[in-house]
Amino acid sequence: MEETILEVSRLTVTIPTDRGEILPVNDVSLRIPAGKIVGIVGESGCGKSMTARAVIGLIRPPGRVAGGSVRLGGRELTGLLPKERRRLMGSEISMVFQEPMSSLNPVMKVGRQVEEALLQHGVCSRKEARERVLEMFRAVEIPEPEVRYDSYPHQLSGGLRQRVMIAMAMVCRPRVLIADEPTTALDVTVEAQILRLLRELRDRGTGLLVISHNLGVIAQLCDWVYVMYAGRIVESASAEELFERPLHPYTRGLFRSVLSVGEGAETLETIPGVVPSLHHLPEGCSFSLRCSRCETRCEKEMPELRELAPGHAVRCRPAEREALHE
Amino acid sequence: MPLSGRKKTDALASLALQSQLGEEIRFRDRLRRLARENKTAVVSAALILVMALAAVFAPLLTPYGEKDMDLLNRLSPPSAAHLLGTDEGGRDVLARLLYGARISLLVGVVPALLSLLLGALLGVIAGYRGGWADALIMRAADITLAFPSMLLTMVVMYALGGGIGNVFLTLTLVNWANVARVVRAQTLQLKNSEFAESARITGVPSRVIMRRHILPNCLPTLLVLFTLNIPASILTESSLSFLGLGVQPPYASWGLMINTGRQYLFNAPWLCFVPGAAIMLIVLAFNFLGNGLMDVLDPRQQKS
Amino acid sequence: MSDVLLEARRLSRDFPSGGGKTIHAVSEVSLQIREGETLGLVGESGCGKSTLGRLMIRALAPTSGEVLYRGRSLTAMPEKAFRPLRRRMQLVFQDPWASLDPRMTVRDLIAEPLETWRICGGKAETTKRVAELMRAVGLPEEFLYRYPHQFSGGQRQRIGIARAIAAEPEFIVCDEPVSALDVSVQNQILNLLKGLRAERKLTYLFISHNLSVVRYLSDRVCVMYLGNVCETGPAEEVYRHPRHPYTRFLLDAVPVPDPRRRGEEVPLLRGDPPSPAHPPEGCPFHTRCPWAEERCAREKPALRSDGEVRVACLKPLSGREDSARRTPDPSGAP
Repeated sequence: MEETILEVSRLTVTIPTDRGEILPVNDVSLRIPAGKIVGIVGESGCGKSMTARAVIGLIRPPGRVAGGSVRLGGRELTGLLPKERRRLMGSEISMVFQEPMSSLNPVMKVGRQVEEALLQHGVCSRKEARERVLEMFRAVEIPEPEVRYDSYPHQLSGGLRQRVMIAMAMVCRPRVLIADEPTTALDVTVEAQILRLLRELRDRGTGLLVISHNLGVIAQLCDWVYVMYAGRIVESASAEELFERPLHPYTRGLFRSVLSVGEGAETLETIPGVVPSLHHLPEGCSFSLRCSRCETRCEKEMPELRELAPGHAVRCRPAEREALHE
Repeated sequence: MPLSGRKKTDALASLALQSQLGEEIRFRDRLRRLARENKTAVVSAALILVMALAAVFAPLLTPYGEKDMDLLNRLSPPSAAHLLGTDEGGRDVLARLLYGARISLLVGVVPALLSLLLGALLGVIAGYRGGWADALIMRAADITLAFPSMLLTMVVMYALGGGIGNVFLTLTLVNWANVARVVRAQTLQLKNSEFAESARITGVPSRVIMRRHILPNCLPTLLVLFTLNIPASILTESSLSFLGLGVQPPYASWGLMINTGRQYLFNAPWLCFVPGAAIMLIVLAFNFLGNGLMDVLDPRQQKS
Repeated sequence: MSDVLLEARRLSRDFPSGGGKTIHAVSEVSLQIREGETLGLVGESGCGKSTLGRLMIRALAPTSGEVLYRGRSLTAMPEKAFRPLRRRMQLVFQDPWASLDPRMTVRDLIAEPLETWRICGGKAETTKRVAELMRAVGLPEEFLYRYPHQFSGGQRQRIGIARAIAAEPEFIVCDEPVSALDVSVQNQILNLLKGLRAERKLTYLFISHNLSVVRYLSDRVCVMYLGNVCETGPAEEVYRHPRHPYTRFLLDAVPVPDPRRRGEEVPLLRGDPPSPAHPPEGCPFHTRCPWAEERCAREKPALRSDGEVRVACLKPLSGREDSARRTPDPSGAP
């Protein structure tokens, strides 16, 4: 089995609110091997972005990590002092956000901003830094890197900005890159370019964690996929296995809802109802209210995440029984 | 047995109402947050309330009237009979303070309210209509703001003469411009909002859009302006009365009390000190409350 | 063939931008929308599709050109004459968070068009009609006196749709109505729009950057690039045999939800679209087109008919060398 660089186990995040504490990330375990892309897929509010933030230690107060561990190459990340964390950020683990414009300083040349990331970690001297940045710009296929070095963020298109963000995240050669909806703000033709770029990063040995709500993006990128619903992982498997044989009713519903460019349809499949609020989760399985296979037990008890086939884990009792009968 | 159809729909419906995103959009929720997080603002609001009540119920709180002279007890220091002492005419300072609060608070609230109404109306029209209406209103506002406000106030008061009605009028004329500017800026923003566009496409006439969609959405800002305008007006009135241009004796206002007490600063310091402290307290209280409101109501200050 | 309901004739719209520059959001677009059909308008951000949608219903005035409604020019019409037509053309917004006044209850939001056009007699009748509309869009009546922020995105979009149909329009511009929604909710809204179209005999202009969504609802599609129409024709034909190189790339770029087809070498479009403040000379697409020739940089191609399809390209793809890869096999989505 491949070397695991990032291992998250039983991670839980809590946020106190007026109406009681909520758990946007609840007992989440996942691993990212070197040179693989791992995806988390789910709808808004399922906790996928919060998981990414918790991994890298960016939970905004009053939210906090309430339990579990995040180990990066054998080193525990939860409970690190801010100073120690800053040292790891960028050099060991890095993150790219959905909206590149808000993560860039609008009054600073983009080349300088990327350089800053290098200098902060004392990777090289100021003289070398410019060369390294230009090299990185070339690696992420920014055309005319010398010209772009002196551009301000607003002078760049959305696609170029996202490339700059990726360059900034990768310039210190971190072992893990977390990408939170990296293409959601981009047009399809540009999205396809960024997807190819992320695959190239993987081929050079970086471990990637990609968060997306777009099943197309997940299928095109990921080797391994985790499906989240209401703060929990409900299913995990290799991408091939998951898309071929989804077992959880939610995953199935999600896949059935995907529209294809290839064919028209009469009526579209839907999942009834809406994603429940974290304040009012049903007692048992979080999906029970929307589930067509819901049983009495499902309403009372949260099912365990069980491995039903080699490498394919599901949190659903009816699916479990079905697998046993096969 | 799975949930029956009907029960399930109900459960879904109630769940759906608990949206996670929309928290704190409502005014009420934000005020609640203010009450929870900003103790200074809460104390300020309480102080303002106490002062207002004291002013209203002044006759019940003191046996003396504001104009009752007692020439045998002139300039007597605070005692059991006169808690805050008496002035040069033997009038009870506490009574004058309480009755004076009526005038001072009134002078704070009424012009603030009037300038708010005038400024909001003109601001919305300028912002929404644009064109010549905008140019006319905004130039008038610029001219008003170009004068040092104290100078403008004094000139108008000289021209009109003293008296409380004229104080109201003057302060309104001085303060409307600021309100109009802020409201116009906000209107420009709201005018381009999608819900305003939606109303236009629905066919709602402009004046209804202004009344129904633009003005109500300016309310939080107006409330902040209101609380910040009150102390400014109280201070201005105090200055005017101090200069003899405001409320005329024998009525009491805090500024007037300081003015008359000035002559006895060395032998009866409480005459200046007591109304001075009252002005400071009420102005601070309104400012703290205003700042607190601004913190919770300004969308840019929202916690994301 | 049914009657033409709305027609754009050489419609252009410029916007001033900082530094004295002009953005040509829509340039010389001509198209027709027939009664009862749904025209899908596809393109990437900034291609002018939302602007065109607003021009069609006179929510924006064109810089030049005109819009005809049943043969009458909307553009030349004075405000008074247009007034009764206002309620015939409505819009469903993209953002269900921004397009509803946060201070109004659902009842007042849906009642606004009814009251504006005096459709119902009194207050009680209005409320009754609001409740009917809520049922029609799948909102429980109990929510009458709730505020928008108490709803999820999908439900808010339903409120927006109820507002749009309340004034009994015949034409609705749907401006990216599902792009802010989750997949599972998106389909509920698309089904609703489809149902309403049949029930109320509506004509839609359906704007989206999502090709799959457009395909589901549209009879005909129109592909836009940089303010220009590249290709327009029956949806099936355009999706199966794209003739304009841009349409072809757009279709190929959609990530296929099938991991077995991962990393297949798909021809990728290079670079980003040029800024609409400086559109290139000649064919707007020539800067990114791998088939571009010297004359593409000089000559701006006009829309030319090829069967039922109209293409603005000097050298259109024949449509026969159609990619086997693009048409995903039906098992793609399990």
